Amino acid sequence: MSIDKDKIKHISKLARISIDSKKSNSLAKDLTSIFKFIEQLNELNTDKVEPLSSILNTPLRSREDQINDGKIRNKILENSPKKNEEFFVVPKVIE
Amino acid sequence: MSEIVKKNLSEIIDLIKKKEIKSEELANLYIDKVNKSKKLNSYITTCFEHTIQKSKEFDKKPNLNTLLPGVPLAVKDLFCTNGFKTTAGSKMLENFIPQYESTVTENLWKEGAILLGKLNCDEYAMGSSNETSYFGNVINPIAKDTVPGGSSGGSASALAADLTPATIGTDTGGSIRQPASFTGTVGLKPTYGLCSRWGIVAFASSLDQAGPMTKSVKDCSIMLEAMAGFDKKDSTSIEKKKENYSKNLKTDIKGLKIGIPKEYRVENMPKEIDELWNKGKSILKDLGADIIDISLPHTKYALPTYYIVAPAEASSNLARYDGVKYGYRSSKGNDLIEMYENTRSEGFGDEVKRRILIGTYVLSSGYYDAYYLKAQKVRQLIKKDFDENFGKVDAILTPSTPSSAFKIGEKTNDPISMYLNDIFTVPVNLAGLPAISVPAGLDKKGYPLGLQLIGKTLDEQNILNVAYAFEKNCNFKNEIKNWWL
Repeated sequence: MSIDKDKIKHISKLARISIDSKKSNSLAKDLTSIFKFIEQLNELNTDKVEPLSSILNTPLRSREDQINDGKIRNKILENSPKKNEEFFVVPKVIE
Repeated sequence: MSEIVKKNLSEIIDLIKKKEIKSEELANLYIDKVNKSKKLNSYITTCFEHTIQKSKEFDKKPNLNTLLPGVPLAVKDLFCTNGFKTTAGSKMLENFIPQYESTVTENLWKEGAILLGKLNCDEYAMGSSNETSYFGNVINPIAKDTVPGGSSGGSASALAADLTPATIGTDTGGSIRQPASFTGTVGLKPTYGLCSRWGIVAFASSLDQAGPMTKSVKDCSIMLEAMAGFDKKDSTSIEKKKENYSKNLKTDIKGLKIGIPKEYRVENMPKEIDELWNKGKSILKDLGADIIDISLPHTKYALPTYYIVAPAEASSNLARYDGVKYGYRSSKGNDLIEMYENTRSEGFGDEVKRRILIGTYVLSSGYYDAYYLKAQKVRQLIKKDFDENFGKVDAILTPSTPSSAFKIGEKTNDPISMYLNDIFTVPVNLAGLPAISVPAGLDKKGYPLGLQLIGKTLDEQNILNVAYAFEKNCNFKNEIKNWWL
């Protein structure tokens, strides 16, 4: 798989990362060589293999849906780059 | 310079227990050396006022019935520490001050340890040389132009330079074991699920594990005992009784079966590493172990699998950095989407962006089956290789890395050559197994090299024992000359 500038543009849009055109050339080159490396996997026939998504044999533990903290609004807002009283502030979304 | 900071953790604990040194004196010795060692760039943040205050509190009413009584410790800057900056080596989190504590660090403080500072690492733990950190390269105390390995490079450098008596790192594809090997120290990646991931900045959640980095195997067993344990806040934490790794440590390995996988003899591997591997085999054989040749046929596919699975999980985990709730936020952009795009472009470094893009691509519509699903299937085959062999052997011995520490800048322009550093460590993460890197010798440049012991699931005690026996018979001595002072 060869990755070109258009593909970089598409993926970076999906990933919400702006990439300037100067950088996208070298990124395309790097990603092309990485995908070439990754595609060694195609040598293997895996038709009858079950995918492994978790290393643990047991299903993920779930917990009761109970409130056990609360009253931590100020802590949550503490690291916000922009806030107004008890709200996170973002650029205007609706005209 | 005080000789005390050179001591192993277990010796330091003895000094405190015998009341031959106070916690505050000890803290001051480390603080003094940290202050004189800025050239290594191993610390991102120090918190000496806190350290001194806590050590004074300890000395006033010393509780000696803990594993780490009054011991100052620095930790990788990937563990959230309540009230102390946690950067993950990224501009994105440059000013992030967690309002809660990671479970693993909380466990250390409960055992009497005291935070000394936060150690440099590759950005979001993505790297094998500590050259992707926003806070600059870390220097290996072995020689001034060499990398300490990564991603736990600051941890390895600080430990080898006696700037902390022991430390902890995280290991997603080798990030504890490779820097341990490069600095002549011991590093253990536990079984997936043994140490809680809660409060650790996430990279690839199905692979990430925290583990100890120490100057000796005994120290490693003490640290692992302190940090491990079930945690209901981590949905993949294993529910099991705590083990006394340090008390149960023994050197009798007679009759143990040690597997030697032929696939780990890779092309272009330096002769010295092969010789060291042979030395390891003969030491274990002399101690009464049976050396058995085995085959792990899918080994060569581990790295390509890893470079699908890890970036895929990373792209999902790092989607949270949007410049709204915490972390860096760009001032550029006319609307919300542009603010996101600029924040992530300015806040992440090149390697992190590269991996997010790979991950986004392999998970994107139309490519998921060809890449991600394929990788999950190969991951199954890699795990099966281990499962089948662990019927025949009790542990597996391999080199830890395909080379010793390399020069700063040597591999930064070629991502694949950088990724190949983890060729011997990555299969273990994919299979969720425990593995330890133990220093085994020096190459002709005088740089340390490590051997890796891989164990069965939750068989940490066994690999610690084999490593302990090996260490006692190997006579490795790290030659660090304090050239930076």
